[in-house]
Amino acid sequence: MKAAAILFWIPVFPLIGFLVNGLLYLAAHSKLGGKDAPKGPHGHGDDNAHAHEGASGGAGGGHDSHDDHGHGDHEEIPFAGVHSVIGPAACALSFLASLLAIAAWWGETHGHESIVATLWTWMPIGENATWFGAKAIAVDAAFRIDALSALMLFFVTLIGTLIHVYSVGYMGHDPGYGRYFSYLNLFMFAMLTLVLGANLPVLFVGWEGVGLCSYLLIGFYWTKTWVADAGKKAFVVNRIGDFGFVLGIFGCFALFGTTDFDRMFALAAADPGRYAAGGLLTAVCLALFIGACGKSAQIPLYVWLPDAMAGPTPVSALIHAATMVTAGVYMVARCNIFFRISHVWAVESANGHPTTGWLLTHDASFVVAVIGGATAFFAATMGLTQNDIKKVLAYSTVSQLGYMFLGCGALAFSAGMFHVFTHSWFKACLFLGAGSVIHALSGEQDMTKMGGLRKLIPHTFLTMFVATIAIAGVPPFAGFFSKDAILGETYAAGYKVLWGFAILTAGLTAFYMFRLMRMTFFGTFRGTPEQLKHVHESPASMTVPLYVLAAGAAFTGFLGIPKFILGSENAVEKFLEPIFAKLPAAFVLEPHELPHSTEWMLLGTSVLVAVFGIALGWSLYSGAFPFAIPSRIAASLGGLYRLVRDKYRVDELYEAVFVNGLIKKGGRFLWEIDARVVDLIPNGAAGLALGLSNVSSWFDRTFVDGAVNGVGNVFQAAFRGMHRVQTGRAQNYALTMAVGIFGFVCLYLLLK
Amino acid sequence: MIGVTHYVALSFLLFTIGVTGVLVRRNLLTVLMSIELILNAANLNLIAFSRQLGDLNGQLFAVFVITLAAGEAAIGLAIIISMYRLKGSVNLDDVAELKG
Amino acid sequence: MTAPFFFWFFAAVVVFGAVGVVAMRQPVHSALFLLLSFFGVAALFITLNAEFLAAVQVLVYAGGIMVLFLFTIMLVNIRRTAGQPFVHTQAGAGLLAGILLLAIVGGTVVASSRVRGLSDAGAAADPARLASTSITRNVTEVVNGKKVSTPVTEEVAGNSQAIAWGLYRDYLLPFEIASVFLLVAMIGAVVLGKRTMERVD
Repeated sequence: MKAAAILFWIPVFPLIGFLVNGLLYLAAHSKLGGKDAPKGPHGHGDDNAHAHEGASGGAGGGHDSHDDHGHGDHEEIPFAGVHSVIGPAACALSFLASLLAIAAWWGETHGHESIVATLWTWMPIGENATWFGAKAIAVDAAFRIDALSALMLFFVTLIGTLIHVYSVGYMGHDPGYGRYFSYLNLFMFAMLTLVLGANLPVLFVGWEGVGLCSYLLIGFYWTKTWVADAGKKAFVVNRIGDFGFVLGIFGCFALFGTTDFDRMFALAAADPGRYAAGGLLTAVCLALFIGACGKSAQIPLYVWLPDAMAGPTPVSALIHAATMVTAGVYMVARCNIFFRISHVWAVESANGHPTTGWLLTHDASFVVAVIGGATAFFAATMGLTQNDIKKVLAYSTVSQLGYMFLGCGALAFSAGMFHVFTHSWFKACLFLGAGSVIHALSGEQDMTKMGGLRKLIPHTFLTMFVATIAIAGVPPFAGFFSKDAILGETYAAGYKVLWGFAILTAGLTAFYMFRLMRMTFFGTFRGTPEQLKHVHESPASMTVPLYVLAAGAAFTGFLGIPKFILGSENAVEKFLEPIFAKLPAAFVLEPHELPHSTEWMLLGTSVLVAVFGIALGWSLYSGAFPFAIPSRIAASLGGLYRLVRDKYRVDELYEAVFVNGLIKKGGRFLWEIDARVVDLIPNGAAGLALGLSNVSSWFDRTFVDGAVNGVGNVFQAAFRGMHRVQTGRAQNYALTMAVGIFGFVCLYLLLK
Repeated sequence: MIGVTHYVALSFLLFTIGVTGVLVRRNLLTVLMSIELILNAANLNLIAFSRQLGDLNGQLFAVFVITLAAGEAAIGLAIIISMYRLKGSVNLDDVAELKG
Repeated sequence: MTAPFFFWFFAAVVVFGAVGVVAMRQPVHSALFLLLSFFGVAALFITLNAEFLAAVQVLVYAGGIMVLFLFTIMLVNIRRTAGQPFVHTQAGAGLLAGILLLAIVGGTVVASSRVRGLSDAGAAADPARLASTSITRNVTEVVNGKKVSTPVTEEVAGNSQAIAWGLYRDYLLPFEIASVFLLVAMIGAVVLGKRTMERVD
């Protein structure tokens, strides 16, 4: 079969699953009224201030309702069986289709080219356009498979399927079971569209789709206000990033006249100088990166991810560990040629002496690296103080995403993508493991109430332990290789300060992960006896995916053994090499070659830091709660500790500045403008009419009446002087007559 | 020789004196007497020209003038009497009923 | 016509009398001066061969009108007005007007008589044309459908007869009208002179 034909089916299987699950759910629940109101989640432990007790326990295996009603509420979920089959099956079919497609593609091109399957012409703009210079910028609905998307396809569908299977066990008794699977399938559809998109608009469709599903799934238990708020927060913060992304798409349209990846990259590779000139390409890169910040939870748009833990744990695993949040990194890696061009242009236009400020404004990849590094460190510090198991993992995710962007910022895109790959394995394993723990403890999420679970839930413990070692960066597990690749590239690229922070972050990661392990699985149990009574291992539907994921966390690292050890490029680099299109000689970056000794030193340093972190985490959190040394440290640091524990009060800052300041006060300000300035127009018109009428009436009074009265007054004044003539005395009249006679005679004489 | 011119001049002088008297005097009676003077002047003029032209019409006209003067004097004096009864004086200044 | 002396003398009398009328304070004095003036005018009439008119003048004016004046002066209590100035407020203007009038009209007359050479040559040349001795009448007859006036001269015995014939033949209608007028004047004077009647029960 040709790869192009198969591509279509990869997202369509989950779409069908979504439709079937959704319709069945609607059919089942349309008459039942409020019966399907989602019950609460497994407890609310977002920060240490609110240790929300989970529900009182269920008992027995597979009992996952976790609502306040307790065990007796054993409602039959309609079509449970159908949902259980259709949901994972849709994803599994998608996985199989992906494998087939990858095989077909490999067979056709040996991984060197991309295959594009055009489905239909989506936006036939421009053929007959008479505006914007009549550029034809037709956008096709097309899917594409190349090395990058093949990599993504593989682990997205595989881990997705595993999580679907896990969800069967985890959400088995949730009344919203059908709804859950339909959303999950919809998410897979959107994610696969994103991965397979052959141009930016199609990618953006998937982008928005995963954002929507994230909102739906985070707010799964929307009857609780804070859960609904978390969903909204995720969506809104994401949206802010999407705005930047859309601007980036517009920029691409403007620069290249197309957004098709093949065509864009070909144009860029052919004449990089033209596009980089004036920093246009840098601007586009930055705009796209803003979108990535939103989707992949980087500074300043990361605030939604910790709150996203309000959703069911498998959702956190799938969306916020393995797939959705990596979409940003995927997009940046996809557009690697832009970043590379921008970087070279920035360096050259600074004549080889760039300063940090210069780089920040002219080099998009530098910005990516800085933000990635800062986020990694920042989030790691926040993870130190959390007591909710899921929150620790959330901050860990943000931190690891920062690593990925750090790698991409150092133009080591294959290293970044490799970390995406490995991270999805161990983070999904960790999240599912955490879900298993929560499930075992009937909804408890607060680590201060856990402890000593090692022997009680051994499978969970084992898999989580493997994943923890992986994330801590201990060789030979996966995390070590991918992290070291990034660290090495960062150092080689010259970003030594960032490397320093990254190393510190690695240490912090190891520390807080082992803190988590210690608090959860070791020591004595700190929960209620009731919980202890009901502790049970998860069913096979949950443990099998855990093992698969743990195996991935353990062994996938060997795909990316560093070059200096291997002697040649490792599998990942070779695989991803076609992604990086060739640039003209002027724009080719010299690959950074470090002497082997330096490389070994770097490697050793990272291992050392990891071991040190583990040791510290292990030792500090031994013994009983409250742990002696950490408490002393916390007490002595006082304000700083509280600041970190409160997540640096960033949420409060955003609330004050944007929500209250911008939106509420801004809204009020706009209302004032409307009332004062805009309404000035009708009010002013009325005032003007009034004024004019006053003028008119004044005119009427003064001139018109004045004229009329004036005539009378003139006569009155005239006669006031003349009335004396009428003395009433005959002699005066006689005099007048005499004078008249005299006058007439004179006249007669004159005329004669 | 005394020609008609002399008589005419005399009559005009008389006329003028009479007009002056009408205009100047305050007492109504004196005013009336001045009016008689005017009439006499007119009569003199008429008779003089009658003599000069040999036409009797002048004299006849003068007869009528005298007749009318008599009647007018009678009426005038009667008016003066009644005015005196009304106002208590025969001062022309006091008769300004039509003062406007 | 006549001896210049008589003219000048009686002219002076007339003027003196006229001035006296205007200038006297007391109305009685004015009346007496008026009487004098009337007599002077009558004398002048005689010098103009109008004897009848002179007689009429004396009879009517001096004998009738002046009596009326004097009676009225007596009736009106003059003493009340004694304290007031006897000339009008417009005396100055009136005097001026009078002088001007005299000047202009007199001048006109003199100038015109000189121009036209007016004199009594006509009368002197033809004594037969004196009005006192003969009158000339226009007799209007209808000759051939047209009114024709032919002058007819008749002898009269003096001025009286001439006036009589003129008055009762040619001007009979105006004479009758004058009579009616006199009647009306008399009635009017009687009515005006009546006191406001006090009711006598």
